[in-house]
Amino acid sequence: MNTSLLIESVRVRFPDAVSASHAYRGDATVVVVPKYVLEVARFLKEDPALQMNYLMDLTAVDYSTFGKRPAPAFFASSGVAVRPSPEIPDEDPWPGPPDQSRFALVYHFYSTTHKHRLRLVTPVDEADAQVDSVTSLWPGADWLEREVWDMFGVDFRGHPDLKRILMYEGFDGHPLRKDYPVNKRQPLIGPTN
Amino acid sequence: MEPTPTPETTRTESEPAELETRDMLLNIGPAHPAMHGIVRIVTKLDGEQIQEAEVEIGYLHRGFEKMAETVDYNGVIPYTDRLNYVSPLINNMGYCMAVEKLLGISVPERCHYVRVIVSEISRISDHLTCVGASAMELGAMTVFLYMVKAREYLWELVEKVTGARLTVSYCRVGGVKADLPEDFAEPCRKAFEETRKVLDEAHGLLTRNRIFVDRMSGTGVISAEDAISYGITGPFLRASGADYDVRKDCPYAVYDRLPFDVPVGSCGDNMDRYLVRMEEMEQSMRIVEKALGDMPPGAVQVDPETGRPIPAAEMVDLAKVGNIAAISGGCAVTGPTLEGSGRSQHPAIAADEKRVFLPPKEDTYGNIEGLMSHFKLVMHGHGVRPPKGEVYFPVEGANGELGFYVVSDGGGNPYRVRVRPPCFAIMSALPKLLTGGMIADMVPTFGSVNMIGGELDR
Amino acid sequence: MNTLNDTSFLTSRLNEAIGWARKYSIFQYPFVTACCGMEYMATACSHYDIDRFGAGLPRFSPRQADVLFVVGTISHKIAPVLKRIHDQMADPKWVVAFGVCTCTGGFYDNYATVMGIDTIMPVDVYIPGCPPRPEMVLDGLMKLQDRIQAQHTTGNRPTRETRPDIFNA
Repeated sequence: MNTSLLIESVRVRFPDAVSASHAYRGDATVVVVPKYVLEVARFLKEDPALQMNYLMDLTAVDYSTFGKRPAPAFFASSGVAVRPSPEIPDEDPWPGPPDQSRFALVYHFYSTTHKHRLRLVTPVDEADAQVDSVTSLWPGADWLEREVWDMFGVDFRGHPDLKRILMYEGFDGHPLRKDYPVNKRQPLIGPTN
Repeated sequence: MEPTPTPETTRTESEPAELETRDMLLNIGPAHPAMHGIVRIVTKLDGEQIQEAEVEIGYLHRGFEKMAETVDYNGVIPYTDRLNYVSPLINNMGYCMAVEKLLGISVPERCHYVRVIVSEISRISDHLTCVGASAMELGAMTVFLYMVKAREYLWELVEKVTGARLTVSYCRVGGVKADLPEDFAEPCRKAFEETRKVLDEAHGLLTRNRIFVDRMSGTGVISAEDAISYGITGPFLRASGADYDVRKDCPYAVYDRLPFDVPVGSCGDNMDRYLVRMEEMEQSMRIVEKALGDMPPGAVQVDPETGRPIPAAEMVDLAKVGNIAAISGGCAVTGPTLEGSGRSQHPAIAADEKRVFLPPKEDTYGNIEGLMSHFKLVMHGHGVRPPKGEVYFPVEGANGELGFYVVSDGGGNPYRVRVRPPCFAIMSALPKLLTGGMIADMVPTFGSVNMIGGELDR
Repeated sequence: MNTLNDTSFLTSRLNEAIGWARKYSIFQYPFVTACCGMEYMATACSHYDIDRFGAGLPRFSPRQADVLFVVGTISHKIAPVLKRIHDQMADPKWVVAFGVCTCTGGFYDNYATVMGIDTIMPVDVYIPGCPPRPEMVLDGLMKLQDRIQAQHTTGNRPTRETRPDIFNA
């Protein structure tokens, strides 16, 4: 099924869940309101025309500093006029992060029967960082959701055992958030730096 | 997990009636000889049978995704080497193809062939390591030594092309670092001859070996539907019967033009996985041989005026005095580090996009346009700047589908780089694989998982 | 065994003999975590044989090993485990930091990595490289053998109290 048909079939079935969609660089993407995630995922898995039997990946992006980093100009202090090199232009640009929420959960689905892929993006607000867990549909989501919790702090309702997976118990904070500095260490033994 | 008393039915006749037995918690801890890499498996045992197992990972978490946000797009490539460190070229290729998809550029055909060739060589060395290590854990130390011998031949081959044995950083965004050396086909043929000999010996030692077959058959069974629901891909899935290979189903680079077969097993036990990996090595060699034959020819390195190559120092001196005419068509002879990346090979290995790929050194040192485009790509504050966007690009890693999800905000550093690690899914299914089996079956099962810590924990 | 103040002929010959015997029968504990493990395997196998130095048999129990090869990046999660293994080894023991991640942390300067295992345990030989070529490993091993011969164990190092003359300022 090609990308526009895929997006249409989801949009037609869930008109109030899908808030946006695009096919940037050929990747079919739908943006879904958080409370419908489990329903849409179930539809994707069970509908015979889509049959997305694989949950390939579940991750999150922290959009809090998107587009806000200034390009550091190496010679700025010496007075040499430096303009950052222009971006490679794009005829069909990306619409940008889903909305003003801090996090966006990204699900990648694949179907082995129809050989098509779909990306599902869900904006998650920092204040209410909670989404339904899809472990009932795909047991592989268990560890993926634990990793998102560990790295970003997004909670999953209905997850059997949400605890840290990559970091250790005494670690405080969520490392992949943009406000966690890269080399802030919390060693169990040994010096901090 | 708390130990629970076993019910009365499991006691033998000779034991007195009031003997209480409890399950034992055995911690197969992070540092263990039979575990390649560091992972902790806490098992609850009833005698020799595993009742429950819990896997704890994260002992090699090195913050790849966080580090990728602090360096520029080409600077992420050394970090990708160390993800699946037994097949680093596949990771490099996956990341570079993801960023090229984001940029919307395509590389020349010869570059695709070169990438495919080195990826398949990397895949062979991964499977050699996996089969060798799992054979060693079952006691077949000889097989391990033979396979590492074959791997050394392949690593010497990789060293001829890239300069390093293991952590290569060979691909660049928009191409590869250097072309294959001119005399590549002959050492490649010899290395494959040695590898085939080693594979024959390994087959002879293992495939019908009573002990090996007894330990591997029927252990660690998983059905194809269960494997798919856990997100397992690669040889592990194909051994269970499902035929999904990214190279066939979603072809990239030039895989659609190269004929090869994908071995698919039937029972989903460890023996099938071993046989699938052995056969995949043979198919990879077949791909490389066909690709070497089909590749568009590379460039020839001579000066158009004299017919001989120009030494690099001479070329720079001529450029400094402004004698551009004498060096305009030529290509310099440089030392081993820059071999293969000269001006004549440049169109074959690099996308024709000067905002992405560095110019050849003859242009950098020879004329001002080359110097400027080098500056614009390397200096702080400049560099490769893809447009704002997000892409996902899957390649077939040695363990399964290795996907890179790259988000760009238009700046010089990637905004988010996510690796979809193939062995993460397999490890999450490990409790299911181990439960019900015996503690000794854990060794071949874990060996056939081919857990690579760098990829699992990133 | 304090050899620094011993000057008689027989005991110094005996020390040399013991040093000779120790350096050619190294029982190593390879604590392998990451990519350097691949080069460790390559060094230990037939092409760049480590067995000809007498160091070919890895003892997979720290209580039976002399030399702790720390191979590969050490993260903060595994650091307490590593320290415990080092403490479980009996004297005389030596530690080899294999690979730049164990020497100084490598290019993983982030929240998860220990920037050099010498922050948590004393190290005898540093083998840098990412990963080090097998020839470098063998060179490091020979330096370790020199150190073993001279009987400078990590427990026996000159300290500020015993040798104030060599600790300046």
